[in-house]
Amino acid sequence: MIKMEYYLIVSTILMFVGIYGFVTRRNLLAMLISVELILNSVDINFVVFNRFLFPEQLEGFFFTLFAIGVSAAETAVAIAIIINIYRNIRNIEVKNLREMKW
Amino acid sequence: MDYTTIFPLMRAELTLTALLVLVFLYDLIAGRRGHHWFSAVTCGLLVVQVLVNLLPGAEGELFGGMFRTTAMSGVVKSILTIGALIVCLQADQWLQREDTHHKQGEFYILTLSTLLGMYFMIDAGHFLMFFIGLELASVPMACLVAFDKYKHHSAEAGAKYILCALFSSGLMLFGVSFLYGTTGTLYFDDMPARLSGSPLEILSMVFFFSGLGFKISLVPFHLWTADAYQGAPTTVTSYLSVVSKAAAAFALFTTLVKVFSPMVEQWQTLLWVVTVLSITVANLFALRQQDLKRFMAFSSISQAGYIMLAVIGGSALGMTSLVFYVLVYMAANLAVFGVLSTVEQHTGGRVSLEDYNGFYRTNPKLAVMMMLALFSLAGIPPFAGFFSKFFVFTAAFQSGFYLLVFIALLNTVISLYYYLLIVKAMFITPSDTPIATFRTDSYTRLSLALCMAGVLLLGLVSAVYDGINAFSFGL
Repeated sequence: MIKMEYYLIVSTILMFVGIYGFVTRRNLLAMLISVELILNSVDINFVVFNRFLFPEQLEGFFFTLFAIGVSAAETAVAIAIIINIYRNIRNIEVKNLREMKW
Repeated sequence: MDYTTIFPLMRAELTLTALLVLVFLYDLIAGRRGHHWFSAVTCGLLVVQVLVNLLPGAEGELFGGMFRTTAMSGVVKSILTIGALIVCLQADQWLQREDTHHKQGEFYILTLSTLLGMYFMIDAGHFLMFFIGLELASVPMACLVAFDKYKHHSAEAGAKYILCALFSSGLMLFGVSFLYGTTGTLYFDDMPARLSGSPLEILSMVFFFSGLGFKISLVPFHLWTADAYQGAPTTVTSYLSVVSKAAAAFALFTTLVKVFSPMVEQWQTLLWVVTVLSITVANLFALRQQDLKRFMAFSSISQAGYIMLAVIGGSALGMTSLVFYVLVYMAANLAVFGVLSTVEQHTGGRVSLEDYNGFYRTNPKLAVMMMLALFSLAGIPPFAGFFSKFFVFTAAFQSGFYLLVFIALLNTVISLYYYLLIVKAMFITPSDTPIATFRTDSYTRLSLALCMAGVLLLGLVSAVYDGINAFSFGL
C-alpha cells in the first residue's frame, strides 16, 4: 500500500505550483487555473487524512465534497467576470488592467 | 430531530432566507409600477428583519454543534442588518439610473445573500459551516463589485476581488486541512483540547488567519482593497468596507479566542505585527491619495487595524469594544460614503479630492455632515469615534500591550492630518468650478440622518455601550 506521506508530498507540490503560477502568470485564465490547483491540493489533503488517520469518520470526505462544489461556484463567477473584461477590452492580459494603480 | 428547537435558534437566518425569497418573487411578479417601489419594499422588509433580530433570542447549539448561537452574535447580526439597511437606502439613487434600473432586483438579492453568508459565518461551530458562510459572503460580493457591467473599472475590480478571494480561501483551506490532520476534528468545541501547539499547527493557524485577514483587509493581505474599492460602484464599496469587514472581524475574534486558545502566544505575536503594519502602512498610503474612494479604502484598512486592537487581548472587554467600535465605525463610514455616492450621482462621477474644493459654499448641509463623520473617524472627542477608540485602546492596554497602544496613538495623529485634508478642501480651499448645489432624494436623507444620529449619540448615550457589554461575558 502507498504510504500517506507520498500523497501529502503530491498535494504540497500541487499547492506550491499553484501559488507560483498565481504569482507569475499574467493571464487571468491561467491565474484561475493556478488557484484551482491550490483548491485541489486541499481536497487531496482532506481525503488522505480522513482515509489514513481517521477512517472511522467521514468529516474529511464531506469537507472535500463541499469544497469542490463551492470552488466550482466560485470558478463560474470568476469566468463570468473574465468574459465581461474580454468584452470590455478585448483581451484578458493582466498588463492591460492598469487603469487603477497605487 | 426535534424541529421545534430549530426556529428559536435559527430565527434570524430563517427570516432572512424568507426575506430573500420574498424579494426574489417581488422582482419576478412586480411590473413596471412595482419596480418603482422596489427599494421601499426591500428596506421595509429589512426593518422587519432588524426588529426580529433585536428580540431577545435563545442561546444554544444545533445539528450536533455545527451551528451555535449566542446573545452576542445576535447583537452583531442586528448591527450588520442595520448596515445593510442603510446601504440599501443609499443604493436607491444609483439604482434609479437608466443602465442599472432593470437590475435592482439582482442588487438586493445579492446583497441579502452576502448578509446571509455573514450570519452563518458568525454562527458557525464547525469549520465546514464557517467555510460555506465565508464563501456565501464573498462570491455574491464579487458579483456586486463587478455590477456596473459596462464600466471597465468595475469589471477590473471584480476580477481582482474574485481572484484574491479564491486564492485566500485556498490558503485558508490548506491550513484547515492540516488542523484536521493533526486533531481529527473540525468542531470548534473539540478543537482546543486536541491542539498541542506543534509547529505544523502554528503554520495552519497562520494560513487560516491569512484567509480571514484578506476579508478584513489587514496589511499583508490588503493589496486588492484599494483597486476593488475604487472600481466598485460606490454603494457596493460602502457595503464592502463596513458590513463585510465587521462580520469577518467578529468571526476572527471568536475563532482565535475559542479555537486557537492553546496557541494564544503565537497568535498574539502575529496579530501584534499585523496590527502595527495595518495602521502604519495604510496611514502612509492614505496621505498620497487623490481619489476619495481610494482614500477611504486606505482609511478603512487602518480602521481595521484599530479593530484588531480589540481582538488582541481576547478578553470580554475586547469583545465589547470590538462590537462597539464596529457600530460606531459603521455610522461614520456609511455617512461619508453616502455623501460621496450622492455627489457622484449628481455630478456624473466626480470623486477626487479637488472636486470637493468649495463644497461648503454650494452644499453646506452635506459638507457639515461629511465633516462630522470624518471627525468621528479620526476620533475627536465629542463624537462617537473618540469613545470607540478609547475603549479599544483600554482593552489592549489592560492586556499589557503598552507599546502597541503607543504606536496606535501616534498613528491617530497622522490619520487626523489626512482626514482634515478633506475638511480643508471642503471649507477653506476656493474653487472656480465647485460642485453645483443639488437636492438629495429622501432615501439618502433618511440614511444620512440615521448615520448622523449614530455619530452624535452613540458615544454620549452610554446605554448603548452598557447594553453591548451585558452580552459579552460568555464571548
